[in-house]
Amino acid sequence: MPQITKASIGRFVARQGILIAFVLFMVGFTFANQRFLAPENVMGVIRSSAILGVMALGVTFVVISGNLDLSVGSMMSFSTIVVLDLHDKLGPTLAIPAMFAMTLCLGAIIGFLVGYLKLNSLIVTLGMLSAIHGLTLTYSGGKNMDIVDKEGTWFSVFGQGDALGVPVPILMFLGLAALLGIVLAKTPFGRKIYAVGGNGVAATFSGIRRPRVILSCYLISAFCVATAGLLQASRSLGSQNTVGQGLELEVLAAVILGGASLLGGSGTIFKTVIGVLILGFIQNGLLLVGLQFYAQYVVTWVIIILAVWLDIAAKRGKLLSPIA
Amino acid sequence: MSSGMLSTFLKRGAIWGFILVELAFFSIAGEQMSLSDKAFMDLDNMLLLFKQSAPIGIIAVGMTIIMINGNIDLSVGATFALAAIVLLDSMTWPIFSGLGDWVIPVAWLLALLTGVILGALNGFIVWKTGIDAFIVTLGSMLGFRGLVFMYNGENPTSHLNWTLVDFAEAQWLGLHTATWFLLGATAIIWYIMNRTVHGRNAYAIGNNREAAVNAGIRVGPHMMINFMIIGFLAALSAVVFYSESGSVNPNDGELYELWVITAVVLGGTKLTGGSGSIISTFGGVIAIQLLRKGLGHIGADTETVNLVIGMILIAVLFLDRQLNIKGKEELRV
Repeated sequence: MPQITKASIGRFVARQGILIAFVLFMVGFTFANQRFLAPENVMGVIRSSAILGVMALGVTFVVISGNLDLSVGSMMSFSTIVVLDLHDKLGPTLAIPAMFAMTLCLGAIIGFLVGYLKLNSLIVTLGMLSAIHGLTLTYSGGKNMDIVDKEGTWFSVFGQGDALGVPVPILMFLGLAALLGIVLAKTPFGRKIYAVGGNGVAATFSGIRRPRVILSCYLISAFCVATAGLLQASRSLGSQNTVGQGLELEVLAAVILGGASLLGGSGTIFKTVIGVLILGFIQNGLLLVGLQFYAQYVVTWVIIILAVWLDIAAKRGKLLSPIA
Repeated sequence: MSSGMLSTFLKRGAIWGFILVELAFFSIAGEQMSLSDKAFMDLDNMLLLFKQSAPIGIIAVGMTIIMINGNIDLSVGATFALAAIVLLDSMTWPIFSGLGDWVIPVAWLLALLTGVILGALNGFIVWKTGIDAFIVTLGSMLGFRGLVFMYNGENPTSHLNWTLVDFAEAQWLGLHTATWFLLGATAIIWYIMNRTVHGRNAYAIGNNREAAVNAGIRVGPHMMINFMIIGFLAALSAVVFYSESGSVNPNDGELYELWVITAVVLGGTKLTGGSGSIISTFGGVIAIQLLRKGLGHIGADTETVNLVIGMILIAVLFLDRQLNIKGKEELRV
């Protein structure tokens, strides 16, 4: 049995800092407001975090492989608009696979540019953010998209339905999280992603086909974005062209909060889920405590900085950076 | 012509060549396709183009020195909005009511100070905690935007001061006030980066941080100064723009960081730091605005602009890499 020393406690606090912070928040908010831990409130929070959460799962893969994806927001707008438009033209059974195929194509383009052409992922996805936004506007002609017959379609089941007493978005979010968590932690493919993100050169020399791994990560990200678009479209049955605008950075904030390093090679699906839930519960808790809605952004800012600071301070063993 | 000269020339002159191509294309295509019979290369049109590129351009100049330094700043859009609110709101504060039009310089000063303080905060966190600037400014982008919304909810903040509007709309030697501020900011920052110790050290830090530290350069203060400069410039951009429009929405400035970074990258500055040029960034800003105006001129929808700029950005990145690989034998991984 390992000895419990001051240093080991410090390491534990640093490593599980985000989980501890999460528990502290939950306890604090529960004392502040009785309704906070009520089942319907908890369900409501998870449900409203589901769209952001699903996207964060995919971005976690991309970040672990050592890249960034800033295009997920506008890609989500794209898939929402496309599925709403095709719903009335083809019917839902065909619209959903068609939308997934189109979104995966976008993911493949990014994966090709970053993986095979080895272009900087920040700039590529920045360019794609702008390009996909233009594509969405061209597709819709700039108009809002609405399903004509909102009552008579089963399409709303993804965003609004319940199964076994649990809202479908929660089931899809947690189901996808479980699936991707297993892929990342328990399969050879998952190990290759960590290897590529941790040390790309070493991974190449050990025979891992790096371009293919990176492409796969972007495809997974695109798949998650398409799922998020489906949830969004099904929840509102109508949408603006800019529905996902700005989400890319919030998603990234959740992933970073979960402890994934932007340098690649570290992070887990479980921690990302915690990051997503922290963002959701903070927003909800601050509202219940009576702070105004926008205070959550300021609190999120402070938490992101503290979480990352704690993480790297633990790694270097000193609180302040060695920068002169 | 020795080898390497062509690629150097292409890299240095690329953005200006691109601007010439754009001008030629839109002039010729404009003849055929434009709905109006005004020429594209009209003097008024070009003057307007400079004025319209000022808000993004002033920030882009600051982003160039941040990126030369090896950092990035995602919070400029939120800083822009917060400075605008301080500018417009402070003019209505009761303590300044006796000042008459002298409230204008006071409001300008307060707004610019806001920008400097926010920038200093970013820089200080980057310096003392050692967190990557991308993460720090991603967080403060959310935080500053939260402050903007907390100030006045979702309502616009408005105050029109006609003396100020007259000043902002004035033309001096043909150029608009905003254009003068853009040119001034470009000139001053060019001087700082090319003729002062701070500029030389900023290049050195971005190029090889370890070597810079070994050479006795204090990395932290330089980074912090650069963040203060970009905060100042983001506020200056807001001050120039909102002096004229007089009303700011809490969403204003959203995605500015992305437009700014696009302009800087088009101008040839490397994300990895150590290289980049203020003048080329100026070219990048003009090129983007020219593209927007030109596409509008030939009757393309605004959505096409996003599509085209996105693809050009990726194409530039690809070409740049091809040229670089030929220059040095890179380890192929």
